[in-house]
Amino acid sequence: MIAFFIKRLAQAIVVMFVISIISFSIQDNLGDPLREMVGQSVSEAERQQLRDELGLNDPFLVQYGRFVKNALQGDLGTSYFFKEPALDVILAKLPATLELVFGASLIIIFLSVPLGVYSAINPQSLFSKAVMGLSIVGISVPVFLTAIGLIYLFAIELNWMPSYGRGETVDMFWGWESGFFTADGLAHLVLPCVSLASIMLPLFIRLIRAEMMEVLQSEYVKFAWAKGLNPRRIYFLHALKNTMLPVITVGGVQIGTMVAYTILTETVFQWPGMGFLFLEAINRVDTPLIVAYLIVVGAIFVITNTIVDLVYGLVNPTVNLAGKK
Amino acid sequence: MALLEVRNLEVSFGLRSGAVKALRNINFTLDRGERLGLVGESGAGKSVLGFSILNLIAKPGRITGGEILFEGQNLASMSDRDLRSIRGNRISMIFQDPMMTLNPVLTIGQQMVECLMAHRKISRDNARTIAVQKLKQVQIPSPETRIDQYPHELSGGMRQRVVIAIGLLMDPDIIIADEPTTALDVTIQAEIMELMVELCERNNVALILITHDLGVVSQVTQKAIVMYAGRVIEQGPTREIINDAQHPYTQGLMNALPQMAIPGQRLNQIRGSMPGLQKIPTGCAFNPRCDYVMDICHHQLPGYTASGNCQVACHMVAEMKKSAQASEEV
Repeated sequence: MIAFFIKRLAQAIVVMFVISIISFSIQDNLGDPLREMVGQSVSEAERQQLRDELGLNDPFLVQYGRFVKNALQGDLGTSYFFKEPALDVILAKLPATLELVFGASLIIIFLSVPLGVYSAINPQSLFSKAVMGLSIVGISVPVFLTAIGLIYLFAIELNWMPSYGRGETVDMFWGWESGFFTADGLAHLVLPCVSLASIMLPLFIRLIRAEMMEVLQSEYVKFAWAKGLNPRRIYFLHALKNTMLPVITVGGVQIGTMVAYTILTETVFQWPGMGFLFLEAINRVDTPLIVAYLIVVGAIFVITNTIVDLVYGLVNPTVNLAGKK
Repeated sequence: MALLEVRNLEVSFGLRSGAVKALRNINFTLDRGERLGLVGESGAGKSVLGFSILNLIAKPGRITGGEILFEGQNLASMSDRDLRSIRGNRISMIFQDPMMTLNPVLTIGQQMVECLMAHRKISRDNARTIAVQKLKQVQIPSPETRIDQYPHELSGGMRQRVVIAIGLLMDPDIIIADEPTTALDVTIQAEIMELMVELCERNNVALILITHDLGVVSQVTQKAIVMYAGRVIEQGPTREIINDAQHPYTQGLMNALPQMAIPGQRLNQIRGSMPGLQKIPTGCAFNPRCDYVMDICHHQLPGYTASGNCQVACHMVAEMKKSAQASEEV
């Protein structure tokens, strides 16, 4: 187990190093941060001086070296716009995004498993065919269109749900404000979570269905039938446990992708999370914030994938995390 | 009453191009403790027959006619719930490939205990004790530790022993073994077969052995059924079939055995290959490959002729018997 973590840590360092180079090097191409920072009246000489002070005129490697040195001490630069440490600005918005992803994940887990299993067991039923048809629609329609459609239907026409923002939140700890504990907060979560889930849910239903259908053809499932076991045990223990192995792997990658998808969802719903902040940062050419966002998202990817590998090792006995034998 | 009696069994597969009969007009009986060999080429319908006894044929296949009487109860028309109480309990199966038969994510113990608990009101601890006993019976060393291992931690031969232990778990009346040694290393094939037969004998369990190995059939079984294109073409006591095969197909199989040929000579073979189920020729299905083919073979399905204690489906055998009878009368 310890060997696994050490190996993982080494991999994570390499991955984070690559992410930092890429995200740091694109900032040169995002436009001139000074245009957003200072007014029209500032002269070219003063701009040059400011550039020098900010270190923007130094060679790339010098700038990058300075960035890495500070980053190792937890300082990812100061946001030009907020005049605060970029990491703090982003971490303040992290809870909102994580809650959005968490809500969408709940929808995906609790719907995709039963729907996928049902349509694998009864592929000919009308309901399964309807689920398969709808899932194609879900995959094909882009998130922002789904989101606008949901707002139009449920917020404007029916007036059942709020259309933007997080609503009432409760202070938790370390400045974590949660929308999960008030009726208003929950109501605000519904539409954004549904639209964020709209792409991944059909994907997972189809994945689980396809895997399950394959597993149901396997010899060990036939053998389980020949043992005279209860169908529920065959479907939900013998078959589902094997079905979930590839699903867990894909799921881990998709959680990270979902964090990225929040940019669209948060923008449409004016959700005060990291994605929305990132888009604003791009508009303002707030390069330290952009770099910090990319690094935080990269870290989230690395962490979720590590957790997924751990879970996979628990479910699949043929995987030996410790590498001992 | 026979332990198992199959009457006029017919199994069809509903395909898009129409229903295809995989088994036609199957009749046989099996007594308690008796061992029956099902022989034939790949695709002859041996495995389908084995699976249909427990009504476990994969869709789109299903039993479309006949009866499978187990102690007088018809398994072909039984409800799923009642069938479950027989599967793995009174009649159990052993599959071909032990690498694929055991669920890779469950321990040996889990896969044994669940079977016991499905059929008997028994505590988990007691079930485990019985499971360890059965593992001991199939000569698995240190069963107390093996029981908590996963299938991938065991060798192929070990796994097949575990599968046999699961088959014997409920002390069944019949075991259906579908080519139980085909996937194993040649050196352990005989060992596993010997073990299986010994355990069946000791517990008075009837065995239906599906195989294409005539050598094994002659050593192990008392009765044999030779199948071709979904039909029984010859059945009777194993000794008679092995020593005095009547049907040209069975004769061909016997001649194809390596022991029969003189070393250095080419092996005999039956020319051609078995037709697909959708392209079975009219008349006798074997007619395109038969050396003794007659006119009648092309348009009339041969009925069964008694020859000694055997039943043979062949026009030639029928005619020979008829002329022998006629000459006796004269």
